[in-house]
Amino acid sequence: MSDDGGRQATMSTAMVEAIATEMRDNDEVFYMGEDVADYGGIFDSTDGLLSEFGHDRIMDVPISETAYIGAAVGAAQEGMRPIAELMFADFFGVCMDQLYNQMAKNTYMSGANVSVPMVLTTAVGGTYSDAAQHSQTLYGTFAHLPGMKVVVPSTAYDAKGLLHNAIRDDDPVVYMFHKRLMGIGWMPAPDGPKTAVPDEPYTIPFGQADVKREGADVTVVTLGLHVHRALEAAAKLADDGIDVEVIDLRTLVPLDEATILESVQKTGRLVVVDEDYRSFGLTGEVISRVVEAEPDALEAVERLAIPDVPLPYARPLENRVIPDSDDIEDAIRQTQP
Amino acid sequence: MGTVTTTQLRSMYEDMVTARYYEERLQEEYMEGKTPGFDISAGPIPGELHLAAGHEATAAGVCAHLTDEDTVTAPHRPHHIAIAKGVDLKRMTAEIFGRETGLSAGKGGHMHLFDPDVNFACSGIIAQGCPPAVGAALAAMKRNESSVAVAYLGEGAISQGAFLESLNLASVHDLPVIFVVEDNDWAISMPKGRISAPPDGSRRADGFDMPGVRIDHDDATAVSEAAAEAVGRARDGNGPTLMSVQVHRRMGHFMGDPETYRPEADQQRHQERDSIERLASDLEAAGVDEDERETIREDAHERVDDAIEWAKDQPEPEPEAALEDVFSNPPSGVTDEDPTPEFAGDGGANR
Ligand SMILES: Cc1ncc(C[n+]2csc(CCOP(=O)(O)OP(=O)(O)O)c2C)c(N)n1
Ligand SMILES: [Mg+2]
Repeated sequence: MSDDGGRQATMSTAMVEAIATEMRDNDEVFYMGEDVADYGGIFDSTDGLLSEFGHDRIMDVPISETAYIGAAVGAAQEGMRPIAELMFADFFGVCMDQLYNQMAKNTYMSGANVSVPMVLTTAVGGTYSDAAQHSQTLYGTFAHLPGMKVVVPSTAYDAKGLLHNAIRDDDPVVYMFHKRLMGIGWMPAPDGPKTAVPDEPYTIPFGQADVKREGADVTVVTLGLHVHRALEAAAKLADDGIDVEVIDLRTLVPLDEATILESVQKTGRLVVVDEDYRSFGLTGEVISRVVEAEPDALEAVERLAIPDVPLPYARPLENRVIPDSDDIEDAIRQTQP
Repeated sequence: MGTVTTTQLRSMYEDMVTARYYEERLQEEYMEGKTPGFDISAGPIPGELHLAAGHEATAAGVCAHLTDEDTVTAPHRPHHIAIAKGVDLKRMTAEIFGRETGLSAGKGGHMHLFDPDVNFACSGIIAQGCPPAVGAALAAMKRNESSVAVAYLGEGAISQGAFLESLNLASVHDLPVIFVVEDNDWAISMPKGRISAPPDGSRRADGFDMPGVRIDHDDATAVSEAAAEAVGRARDGNGPTLMSVQVHRRMGHFMGDPETYRPEADQQRHQERDSIERLASDLEAAGVDEDERETIREDAHERVDDAIEWAKDQPEPEPEAALEDVFSNPPSGVTDEDPTPEFAGDGGANR
């Protein structure tokens, strides 16, 4: 559980610790990205690593995502363990072939004769008026395409354990960290992502969702920033006697169906909350899995997501389309008898 | 001073002092509510803000040769270029403040300004303005029009596929497009020598069989002379040109950038070389004295102050407006209305 021992750390500190430990233990691990060296990552994902590892292993690269992310694929196929950072997930468009036709398919197309043990780290999410090209999560896009594992931490404790696991995994892992959760000085995080983090390395296996709050009346399935928004809504609803269970998926691929089903069998009511587009995405997928496995388990179901529009710039517009804790509270109330 | 007329010098000066003062004023407005603790989402202008103080010469010098029919695409640092292209200053400012009467009704923000009246657009994704500029040039060529297109990019963008592919497409079809690299030495924290070989963007032209022009200092007059030739060449149907101009990043990459990666001496160097003062001395030599220049500056400042004041008075958009404008508005009518009745309902039997 998330508060075992250790001191309080931000999510970025937890990530940096995992990277540093893996780099110390394994010379084949290295990090490539724009502004990851002297700057330390625009979102602090490599803060301080340059001084220990130098420019050869914490590599600033040209603004040529196809080239350096493709180079990570190639180095991984040689058996190295590269980590490549895509500064914003929104930039996947300029390098998508290397991701979905090379990185994600080479293992299958080779009959599993080739492995691609790399990690793609990338920043996701909105809530700070960065508009349509810098605010998406694209969770569903990455999870839709077969051949890559997709990880979305919501706390420092999870961020560290999941990143250790990602670097040691023999397959490509897309590790999507939410900017709002990192604990960056200029983008205040909500309460919650900063947790106790053990000093020593540990792994959190993929495909294990975490019940962040237990409850008997309704199940909320969510991830990333919205874990914290759901917990906030749950705390408010507790005063009204509505007992909310909050499940943090932590990984989309693989998806922990068992934990979701177990919870829904208990509560009979499901709210899925996503910060990605509504149609053809995570909310529909989670609900389908439940309906396929347990057609009679649900008495009520709601979903919240971005209503199929690009992320707008102006504050009232962005607030309208990204679900907040009030929206979650309302959706939960809708499911109550 | 070659071919640049006094009228042109004066108008470049006007664009440049407008742009400089605009960025200084926006910086003030942006920092409101963000001190002492800098919170990117606070204050009257939320989100990222990339200001272009020190880049003005490329905007003024190139746009001096363009008309409203010519297309310009700008990158994430667009204000000075928009100003020189004649984008509606009030509505652009309202957009940056996220207001309903902004160029994009508050949907776009400072990195996504669109003014179709003067054929201006920008994008926050590195080098992605290049292909659309090539497309505007292609349209002009297909329609036998004399308009040209200009794509602006930073020196950090010269290793992006979209730029290099655009150079080739433009060259192989002799398209009327000019690529303008604003070389401020830095791509956020990465010095150009670390990420590009060779670091001089104009040399990319060699591999694509087009003229490459390097201007080693942000001298608006020199930019204007080079642009006159490049734009003329494009209008005459003789194909694309790549220009690279040394400019200076006088502010951080974005507001709030601590610039801890940047040596003090480098910051100093970029502060010292001022393109506006350089142009002022060209104006002096052409007989436009300090009194006249002061009048130009005062008028420019007044225009900027008026635009900002106007923008701040504008209403914020209604939240529900977020759900509009995904597709053309009003709808085209072809796919949304008036289906051809005999085919719409027959399930394909008559196909
Ligand atoms: C494809 C893509 N990769 C990365 C970024 C993030 N980014 C924004 S500005 C920038 C640096 C750009 O440097 P340069 O082109 O020299 O322009 P300058 O900011 O110096 O004007 C980077 C890497 C982006 N917007 N798009
Ligand atoms: Mg630059």
